[in-house]
Amino acid sequence: MDEIRILSPTAILGYGFPESSFQAGLAREPHLIAVDAGSTDPGPYYLGAGVSFTDRQAVHRDLRHMLVAGRLRGIPVVVGTGGGAGAHPHVTWTREIIQQIAREEGLSFRLAVVHADVAKPVLLEALDAGDLGALHPGPEATVEDVVESTHVVGQMGVEPIVRALDLGADVILTGRAYDPAVFAALPIRHGFDPGLALHLGKILECAAIATTPGSGSDCMLGVLRRDHFLVEPLNPERACTVTSVAAHTLYEKTNPYRLPGPGGTLDLTATTFDQHDDRVVRVAGSRFVPADRYTVKVEGARRVGYRTVSIAGARDPIFIAQVDEILAAVRSRVADNFAHIPATDYRLLFHVYGKNAVMGPLEPHGEPGHELGIVIEAVAGTQELANTICAFARSTMLHHGYAGRISTAGNLAFPYSPSDFKAGEVYRFSLYHLLRVDDPSALFPVEIAELTAEPVS
Amino acid sequence: MTTKLTDIAGVIRSKNAGPYELTLDIIFKDRTVYDAVVAADAINRNLISRLYRISEADVLELVAFDPAAAIKITIRRPRTAGDVGETDVYGAQQHAPLLGVVLDLPRPA
Repeated sequence: MDEIRILSPTAILGYGFPESSFQAGLAREPHLIAVDAGSTDPGPYYLGAGVSFTDRQAVHRDLRHMLVAGRLRGIPVVVGTGGGAGAHPHVTWTREIIQQIAREEGLSFRLAVVHADVAKPVLLEALDAGDLGALHPGPEATVEDVVESTHVVGQMGVEPIVRALDLGADVILTGRAYDPAVFAALPIRHGFDPGLALHLGKILECAAIATTPGSGSDCMLGVLRRDHFLVEPLNPERACTVTSVAAHTLYEKTNPYRLPGPGGTLDLTATTFDQHDDRVVRVAGSRFVPADRYTVKVEGARRVGYRTVSIAGARDPIFIAQVDEILAAVRSRVADNFAHIPATDYRLLFHVYGKNAVMGPLEPHGEPGHELGIVIEAVAGTQELANTICAFARSTMLHHGYAGRISTAGNLAFPYSPSDFKAGEVYRFSLYHLLRVDDPSALFPVEIAELTAEPVS
Repeated sequence: MTTKLTDIAGVIRSKNAGPYELTLDIIFKDRTVYDAVVAADAINRNLISRLYRISEADVLELVAFDPAAAIKITIRRPRTAGDVGETDVYGAQQHAPLLGVVLDLPRPA
């Protein structure tokens, strides 16, 4: 086998793709259809609460095309980081969608589910042994953060996915996985260079984002050969250019030359990017450098309370000129009114759009806009207390008598009734650390299920 | 010769690089100007620390990436992504201070 062709339909399962691009990809007779479904970018809530950040109907739509095409052509379909965060509830959610599609389309196949949940005793033992290391500039892990996390996942490398392929899986659904792993596992199993396979995976995991004009909801084809790979968009309106592909290497990474992952680092210092033809870029020279000790990145989230928010606008220039003093007065009035509630039981925050709400302490610009958007936010141990603090801060700010006030009927413009919104559970990332392991597959058990189409009656 | 960064860069963007870091990418429109910026060390840690009002120690990486004619800067996030008090969960709107940068580059020979 001198060449492996990989079809990446979309940047995140559920972000969609034009059917014409997908068909153009199938016409190139790919050996693998793979997609990454995950990201930590949407924040800690989704991992912590066990909820997908993508929509069920959109995921069903994308998966239906992929599963039907995969079965028709007898090629594997690999889905990485099921449900966005890749913990048990996310994987179960995605698995149910796969089972639904199999029933609806009458598909039979061997499904491998590769789990990525990391048990707390494993983490506590590693913490004790000094095998759960911080990721600079993040903090050290603590026992409390491990114990209080609702879900903890490890980012698997290619090894457990290779094992699922060895077991004859037609469709592989993984829990949390290193994004490139779902693309790189099959070629690495066939002896292709891991540096090239992983670098290609890094590009394919974002599908057509590395094209111009870029898109996260369009298909990309990767052609991996023994000493280079080609990337090619499947929509004729897009092209890969040296700049679009090289620039993508920068995306969301700390240093573009050294990209650490499970078991080692992708080293791009000798990588070359060349324009193969008008729409195709050729990449060579990427190297995988194995680490002395295999590490798996673990991600965890824990609940820190409940949130209520209220959204309002302010247009009065006298109010705007002294908004900082007004917010301080409101904060102090809230504390005074609920003096019987310890100040540590809740947090009251103001996001003043038009004045540093987006950049906070990083903001170099000082002048507020002619109107302000104010989000009042309360986070507390119970939803009831968050509601109470938010509502009281909102009514206090509405009628606060600030110095020089001319407009005495109300200080805030509310776009909505009701003005306050219960935002529910609030989570934070409790773990984002490196776990040293002896066996890259031990944390990630492979479960096999045979899905059989029911005879049509 | 002073040049606005927005005149010579085609892409200026910010994004999380994991929950602890923010990364800033400046991708230049052509290699000649990129080479001139790099040779003059015009985008440096001191500039970033002043623009973002952070210490130079919190400018974690500043790398010139020749294949993309790009300079990449990674800074410490003010807080872990999504912590209470977050202002930009994805870190996608932290690039704006770079848009006003004016560079003093030597005249081309």
